[in-house]
Amino acid sequence: MRTQTLKLTTCAVAVLAFAGLSFAQVTEYQEQQNLGMEAHADHVTGHASGATMDYRRYCAGCHGVLGDGEGENAVWIDPKPRNFTLATFKCRSTPSGTLPTDEDLFSTVGRGVEASNMPSWNPLSPQQRIDLVAYVKHFSDRWKTEKPGTPIEIPAEPALTADRIKAGQALFQKLECWKCHGVDGRANGPSADTLTDDQNRPIKPFNFHDQTKFKCGSTDRDLYRIFMTGLDGTPMPSFADNVKPDEAWDLVFYLRTLQPMHTKEKEIAKQLGLKPINPNAPAPAAAPAPQPQSNEPKPQ
Amino acid sequence: MRRQIPFKAILFLPVALVVGIALMLVVSQKSVKAAPPSGGGVTGIVKLDGTPPHQKPIDMSKEPSCAAIHKDHPATTENVVVGSDGGLANVVVYISEGWSGGDVTPSSQPVFDQKGCQYQPHVLGVVVNEHFKVTNSDQTSHNIHPMPKPGGPNHEWNKSQPPGSPPIDAVWPAEEVAIHVKCNIHPWMSGYHVVVKTPYGVSDDKGSFKIENLPPGNYTLTAWQETYGTQTQKVTVAAGKPATATFTFKAK
Repeated sequence: MRTQTLKLTTCAVAVLAFAGLSFAQVTEYQEQQNLGMEAHADHVTGHASGATMDYRRYCAGCHGVLGDGEGENAVWIDPKPRNFTLATFKCRSTPSGTLPTDEDLFSTVGRGVEASNMPSWNPLSPQQRIDLVAYVKHFSDRWKTEKPGTPIEIPAEPALTADRIKAGQALFQKLECWKCHGVDGRANGPSADTLTDDQNRPIKPFNFHDQTKFKCGSTDRDLYRIFMTGLDGTPMPSFADNVKPDEAWDLVFYLRTLQPMHTKEKEIAKQLGLKPINPNAPAPAAAPAPQPQSNEPKPQ
Repeated sequence: MRRQIPFKAILFLPVALVVGIALMLVVSQKSVKAAPPSGGGVTGIVKLDGTPPHQKPIDMSKEPSCAAIHKDHPATTENVVVGSDGGLANVVVYISEGWSGGDVTPSSQPVFDQKGCQYQPHVLGVVVNEHFKVTNSDQTSHNIHPMPKPGGPNHEWNKSQPPGSPPIDAVWPAEEVAIHVKCNIHPWMSGYHVVVKTPYGVSDDKGSFKIENLPPGNYTLTAWQETYGTQTQKVTVAAGKPATATFTFKAK
C-alpha cells in the first residue's frame, strides 16, 4: 500500500513538474515571439496569442507563416501580400513614415483592400479580427519601440459648391496629381509607366474612372485621408504638409467628378462643363481658392 | 570603545592628497589636450583608377521647366562623378573605428535641395539625429521618397513638395550608409543620405575631403561610394599634426 502511494505521488510530482516546466517554456517562447502583443479597437482588446490558429487558417496562405508576405499563394498574386515584418502599411490615419493605429489595421482587416486579393474579414467576430491585428503587429519589433503616429485631423465635410469643385481641379493641376493619375484621372500621366513600389516592383496609379472604391476605403473621409497621409511603400506621397484642410475637401469634391458612379459632384461638373485640365496652361487662379464664407467647416 | 585610527593611516593622508592633486592636474591637462586642437584631423583625396563609366544623359523633355535649366549642359546620371584630374566626387569618408568623442554635435543645418530635377548635393552627409532641410527650388512638384533598408531602424517616408512649399524638416534616428532617395514623379532623380555617428567629410569635385576636430589617436576611415561600395584605411592623428589619406577606387 505504502509503496504504491509513494509511486503515485512521485508520478504526480513528475507530471506536474513536467507540465510546469513546459508551461514556463511556452510562456518564454511566447515572450520571445512577441505573442504578448496586444491591440485595441472598438472597445475590444486583442491578444496575438489568441490569433495563432486563425492566422494560420485565414492569413498564412498569402502573408506566410512568418508574416513575410511569402505565403504559398504569394507568387500568383499582384499586388503582393503585405510583409508584416517591415511594419510599413498603406492604409493609415497617421503621417508618412509612422506606424498606423490599431484602429487603422482593424478597419483594413474588416474592409479588405480593393483591387487586391485581400478580402473583407468582417465575417470573423470583432474579437477574432482584433486578435489578428495583434498577431500582425507581433511580427515586427517596431511596435515594441515606437508608438503609432498622431492621426491627422479631418474636419467635418463642408457643403458642396461649384466653386469648391473648380478650386479642387486647380489644386489637382497645381499639386501635379496628373503627373501619375493623368489629366482626367485615367492613370495615364507621363510618370505612370515608370512607377515602382518599395520592393522595386512595377505599380499602377489609381484610375479614378475604373473604380468606385479606393484601396483604403470608399467614403469622402477615406479619400481625404488617403492623399493627406499617403500610401507608404508606394509612390503615393503625403500631401498633409502642403494642403490645408479646407483645400483638401475641395480636392475630394473634384476627384469625385472623375469616378464612374453617379455623384452630386459629377452632376455639378456637367453643369459647369468642366473639362480635363491642360497641364501646359498655367493653373487657373490656384492661389486664393474661392471659399464661400457661409460654408466654413464646423469643428468636430 | 573608541576606534583608533592607526598612525600609519594618518601619515598616508598627506601623501594621498599630493598624489591625488598631481593626478587631477595630469587628467585636466589631458582633457585640455583632448579638446580638438587646431589642425587635428584628416585631409585626403579620393581618386578613380581607370576610365570612368559613361554617365547617361537624362531626357527631361517630360519636365520642360527642368529641361530648360539643363539646356546648355545636358544633365547626366551621377553614379560616378570624376573631376578633370581623376578626383572622385560624392564619396563620404567617415570614422568607422576609434572614435570615442561621443555624439557629434551638428554644426549647421544641412540642406538637400531639388534643383533642375536633380538632388543637390547628390550625396548628403548627416549625423544621427541631425535635423536637415529638404527644399524644392524647381517650378515643378517633387515627391521626396527616401528608402532606408526595409525592416531597419530608419523608416521610409514619402512627402510631396509642390513649387514654393516651405522646407521639410527631416531627421534620421539611426546610422545608415546609405539611404537611397528618389522622386517617383521624375524616375531619373536619384540621391543618397549617408547617416553616420562620427565626424565625416564628403569629397568635392576634385576628390578632396576633410575631417576636422579629431583628437589625437588611431582611427579607421571608411570611404563609401554609391557604385563602388566601401574601402577602409587606418590613420594616426598626432597632436597638431593632421593625418592624410588617399583612397583609390578601381573603375569596373
